[in-house]
Amino acid sequence: MTQDSHLTRRRFGYLAYGVLAVAAVSTATGFSIKKGAAAGDLSANLTLIAPAGAGGGWDGFARETQQAMRLSGVTNNAQVLNIPGAGGTIGLGKFATMDGRADTVLATGSAMTGGIALNKSPVGYKDATLLARVAEDYDVLITANDSSYQSMDQLVGDWKSGKKFKWTGGSAGSIDHLTVAQIARVNDIDPGTITYIPKSGGGEAIATLLSHTTDFACTGYNEVSDQVEAGRVRALGLAAPKRIAGIDIPTMTEQGHKVTMTNWRGYLGAPGISEDERAQLIDILDATRKSEAWQDALKRNQWTDVWLTGPEFESFIAADQKQTDEILKELGL
Amino acid sequence: MDALMHLMDGFGHAFTPMNLLWVLVGCLLGTAVGVLPGLGSSMAVALLLPLTFALDPTGAFIMFAGVYFGGLFGDSTMAILMNTPGQSSAIASTFEGHKMALSGRAPQALATSAIGAFIGGFISCVVVVFLAPVLADLSASFGPAEYFALALFAFAATSSVVADSVLKGLVALVLGIGISVIGIDSVSGTERFTFGVQNLFDGISLVTVTVAVLALGEVFFIASRIRRDPNRAEIRASGRPFLSKSEFREATPAWLRGTAIGLPFGVIPVGGADVPTFMAYGLERKLDTRRKDPQFGKGAIRGLAAPEAAGNATTGTAMGALLALGLPISSTAAIMLAAFRQYGLQPGPLLFDRAPDLVWGLLASFFIAMIVLLVINLPFAPLWAKLLLIPRPYLYAGIAVFCGLGIYATSASVFDLCMLLGIGILGFILRRYGVPLAPLMIGMVLGPLAETNMRDALLSSDGSLAVFFQSPIAVVLYVILLAALVYTGVGRWRARKR
Repeated sequence: MTQDSHLTRRRFGYLAYGVLAVAAVSTATGFSIKKGAAAGDLSANLTLIAPAGAGGGWDGFARETQQAMRLSGVTNNAQVLNIPGAGGTIGLGKFATMDGRADTVLATGSAMTGGIALNKSPVGYKDATLLARVAEDYDVLITANDSSYQSMDQLVGDWKSGKKFKWTGGSAGSIDHLTVAQIARVNDIDPGTITYIPKSGGGEAIATLLSHTTDFACTGYNEVSDQVEAGRVRALGLAAPKRIAGIDIPTMTEQGHKVTMTNWRGYLGAPGISEDERAQLIDILDATRKSEAWQDALKRNQWTDVWLTGPEFESFIAADQKQTDEILKELGL
Repeated sequence: MDALMHLMDGFGHAFTPMNLLWVLVGCLLGTAVGVLPGLGSSMAVALLLPLTFALDPTGAFIMFAGVYFGGLFGDSTMAILMNTPGQSSAIASTFEGHKMALSGRAPQALATSAIGAFIGGFISCVVVVFLAPVLADLSASFGPAEYFALALFAFAATSSVVADSVLKGLVALVLGIGISVIGIDSVSGTERFTFGVQNLFDGISLVTVTVAVLALGEVFFIASRIRRDPNRAEIRASGRPFLSKSEFREATPAWLRGTAIGLPFGVIPVGGADVPTFMAYGLERKLDTRRKDPQFGKGAIRGLAAPEAAGNATTGTAMGALLALGLPISSTAAIMLAAFRQYGLQPGPLLFDRAPDLVWGLLASFFIAMIVLLVINLPFAPLWAKLLLIPRPYLYAGIAVFCGLGIYATSASVFDLCMLLGIGILGFILRRYGVPLAPLMIGMVLGPLAETNMRDALLSSDGSLAVFFQSPIAVVLYVILLAALVYTGVGRWRARKR
């Protein structure tokens, strides 16, 4: 009896050691993979940091890139690492310390511009190397299907004459919120007077429209396109510079409201990489962008290719930051 | 009967050898991550997301559904055996479940939880198949005023877990609400209790607090008493591997009541399966006090059966809400929503028309997953209970490692690990001084729900308080609440007079 229980004990002891050993070895391998990536040809091994949690916007963007890189053979081994938090600025903060690590790129976009300003982040775009803007998608202005509003002019007319509306969309200071503010700005309405109820995404925003808690929502078109098509909500305007093929919604600009906010996405390189490494990374991104797999990804996600790099990208970032800062200030955020 | 026809077609799609394999893989994986503290089904689905590029949609979603449900079956295993729940939805299962294990009824407790999860999940799947459109209407009739009333109602319904010592209970509750408000306020952008630390801007996640307070705190507590408490030999499982007839009779109504509570929660976004589990537990406890021989506190089978059924009932209807409305109720559902987009599919009213094969195949696979999970979990109940035979130093060291691993894996952040340790020590201190932990978790779950919706309601009414009493649903909830309070008050008063 005693021997028996002794044996069981030992067996479980071994089991516990075994589990620990497996865990230790697998973590060690994980680390060595990362170490190994530090040298050599950049296309051999590339880490894409998504500064958001799994399932978020940047995560999807990074994973689509990773997949396109793999399928097209641009890089042999691309991995995605999630560093979520504070509008992408936690990821940016970590990235800013990876001096000279040319094997790592960081996904960025309009949400990071907002995050830097909103969180008064100690790090900014200057702490990384600008690579390229890759794609963007557009916000759509929607209202419940039983709403009496059929056009933007009708809405803006009533808004100007003092009618109060409740708006909804993504988190405070997000591209959705900024789009609402810009609609107000271009029509000489003070953005500071907007009542905005932040929600976590298009699905929740629509729920508040349908329960008549809110009147209008601005949200990513790709999040709600089916609900528009199914007739649960009515689209009044698309915040795109010009009509998008396959989307039968008039742009805000063509309706006379020059809203230019777009939800762009791109990549940053680590600080302190050489000009040559920067050029190499841009080449890798360019080759990925031109691949068939990426074209397919654009279609699936309803993204628009807006490749921009070099000095033009730099001035785009500067303009984006300026505009975002101004609007956030007027919103009192 | 249209739905039935479609469902039969769905079974046709699901019953291919490959799809059955994916169900099995998903269920095993989900059970595994559910068992390990800190690794939730949301993380497992996120890690599997790249698979969507390689698999056909039906196979991938069938596997995800297996993981999702598997997580809910598995999370209660450690909650019952070690008092260390794997996810927040298993917190309510620790209260009576662990007491059952301590009294030598570990296999029975595990069986109760597996059957409860099965009943809840199965009934909710039936509801989803036949009532998806009705569910859609229900979700549209819930605005912030209704949610606020619901949050207050849930606070009251779960207050019985506070009742042992009102002062200590309130301390824990306030602590929980306090932790939940840390971060940048979503409406005004104000920092709350962040001390300028960037890592706190997004707040402290419920997962971290659950793992730290309940799992790591327990590890510390056991470690501090390991030489003082007697060997656990006496809590080893008694011979009977399965539920007796009388236990079955006792648990059945609780399973059904739990299911009834859990069902509607799947379509209204109140943060997943944890709220209904607390409410189901609260109800069973209330009912128990009226019995001749109150079982609660001694390992009541009903106190375990109800929350288990409620948790899985919610999951079932939550999947329905995801498919029919495109509304992600829990973090796992949110990641699955992302997976749908990977395939160029958008959950919502059109999905049933555009991809009927996928939807009905998926719904059919829910049923298959339930049965697979029951088959996996029931026979293994006595085997899992043998975990208790592992010498405690190894066992708890292993749990501590997995706690750290789980938290680190979600964010790759050392800061989160330090936070885990800090809150774990807090959990230990609370345990040491007999402060109940449940109110802390309830505060953490319900606090933000009440706050956000109160503010949303006031924003939408331009500050008029009348908004809270304009909707019939809210008024009904308040009336029930008031009636319950008066009833309890009068009961107390009479008891004192006597």
